[in-house]
Amino acid sequence: MTPLLDVRDLKIEFKTDTGTFMAVDGVSFTVNRGATLGIVGESGCGKSVTSLGIMGLIPTPPGRYVGGEVLFEGRDLLSMSNSERRALRGGRMGMVFQEPMTSLNPVYTVGAQIIECLRAHGMTNRREARERAIELLDLVRLPSPSKRVDDFPHQLSGGQRQRVMIALALANNPDLLIADEPTTALDVTIQAQILDLMRDLSDRTGAAIMLITHDLGVVAETCDDVVVMYAGKVVERAPARDLFNGPMHPYTLGLMAAVPRLDTNSDRLETIPGSVPPPWAMPAGCRFASRCPLATEECRASQPPLREIGKDWLVACWRAPIEEISV
Amino acid sequence: MISAVLHRLVLSVPVLFGVLLFGFLLVQIVPGDPAMVVAGPTATADVVAAIREEMGLDQPVLVQFWSYLQRMAVGDLGRSMISNKSVTSELGAALWPTLELMIGSMVWSVPVGVAMGTLAAVVRGSLIDRAIMALSVAGVSLPIFFISLMAIQFLGVKWQIFPFIGRPGPWYTAEGFMALFLPALSLGSILIGPVARMTRSSVLEVLKLDHVRTARAKGLSETRVILAHGLRNALIPVVTLIGLQVGYLLGGAVVTETIFSWPGLGRLAVGAIMSSDFTVAQGTIMIFALGFITVNLIVDILYSLLDPRVRK
Repeated sequence: MTPLLDVRDLKIEFKTDTGTFMAVDGVSFTVNRGATLGIVGESGCGKSVTSLGIMGLIPTPPGRYVGGEVLFEGRDLLSMSNSERRALRGGRMGMVFQEPMTSLNPVYTVGAQIIECLRAHGMTNRREARERAIELLDLVRLPSPSKRVDDFPHQLSGGQRQRVMIALALANNPDLLIADEPTTALDVTIQAQILDLMRDLSDRTGAAIMLITHDLGVVAETCDDVVVMYAGKVVERAPARDLFNGPMHPYTLGLMAAVPRLDTNSDRLETIPGSVPPPWAMPAGCRFASRCPLATEECRASQPPLREIGKDWLVACWRAPIEEISV
Repeated sequence: MISAVLHRLVLSVPVLFGVLLFGFLLVQIVPGDPAMVVAGPTATADVVAAIREEMGLDQPVLVQFWSYLQRMAVGDLGRSMISNKSVTSELGAALWPTLELMIGSMVWSVPVGVAMGTLAAVVRGSLIDRAIMALSVAGVSLPIFFISLMAIQFLGVKWQIFPFIGRPGPWYTAEGFMALFLPALSLGSILIGPVARMTRSSVLEVLKLDHVRTARAKGLSETRVILAHGLRNALIPVVTLIGLQVGYLLGGAVVTETIFSWPGLGRLAVGAIMSSDFTVAQGTIMIFALGFITVNLIVDILYSLLDPRVRK
């Protein structure tokens, strides 16, 4: 069975004042129908660029697709015409952004913004579209949707706006919902509600979810598969259950160690020493080598490829599988 | 919404008072004696003194100011010292030609400026962008009398397409419409530059915002993204600018009306000042100030129409 989304060796670079750098460097993964994929990594690792790249929302210039394929049901998005891509965006692919406060246009009612999306994808009857908009707002559990439909974004709270964004992304029954840190800007109780909502809606509509986050807790709760990114590359890819039982890449291990735990008594949070190399000074070898406790000469000399070390489990590390590391 | 308008109206009371005070002081400070102007150059000292008494100019300043305020309150602006017609009727006759000229110049220059600015923003960095910006700098830098004279020289005298002297009738008559063309063209040209520049930078600013990315993510066409989500939001600062520019336009109208012999407020003001007709000069200042206050009120109302966050 062809996967819903198959990203192969995607490369996206950006031109900046300090030079050109590869924000996404040979990223590959797949999303199956109805499944949930988590993409984790720290800020600047290329996870947002990857998601925007799939949606075709990278501004070019300064961005540029250098290579690779993004196959949606077997058809390459990168070789499609603009109008073909536009038909998919907001239609079969919906996206929820990180910033609910600024992602809606302040001068239109939320209803108008949803209706606009419905009408762009073929629902020409105005009244029908309005009814569908109310139905969607109800679906995302916005209270009294038939009134809220005429509210402007500034009349809603952050959590409510994110619900509207989800309604917008789901408007045309997409097969793929991309959520780029949908809960980062929200407070913790609302975060849980929004995640529950997304999971529930995905179960009901059968939409696959690609969840970009830096929150491992969210991934553990929500995702079927996980992609860990570091400095524009995939370092580990595995089913969530396996990954949380025993990560194979030192970076993943470091990330997990950095999650504060209730069952251990510790004054300080664990951190990964050092910082991500700047884009203009990427090392020739493994990009994590300078921060890795296990790095050897080989690691510094050449880049480890992604290789399979278990069922559906890929790791880009010369030292993997590691039995146990004392960090 | 209505309360906001009322609020603005109340706020304009002190402004209006300031204008009244200024208009009054103007007559007090400027050299020249109003009574002498009324009496004429051949009058004897006795006659001038009699007129001065009749006009109340021999009273203390505060008393004069009080009676001036009382007259203003009932809309009595006095009589022209030259023609002896009531100032209100003089102003009334000149108001419409000026409004016609202002509207005529904005009706084409605002859309053209906005369109040029939007186009420049969309193709920013390109040759078209640079050409539009160069044109708008030229528009800002060229003095209005130069543009007017060029328009007269070519469109009026050389090719004889449009008339350029006076106003034979209101705009809805054929002659009036043709006569309005050159003055409106000249006056409007000073607005294009600022409007185009402001639109360009405002659209560029808006297109960077998150909600524009959302609009693209919805699969809208690029035209719709730019017009409905870019330009629509970018109009808010542009409207403010146009409101401010109306002041410039009034100033420009003084020059334009003089050049084209357009019987409007600007020419009335210039004539009044030249002939030391204090009451008429006072009246035109009042009208210009009222015009400003009205425009600001309109801008405020437009604001709340354009930006729902302002509506309360």
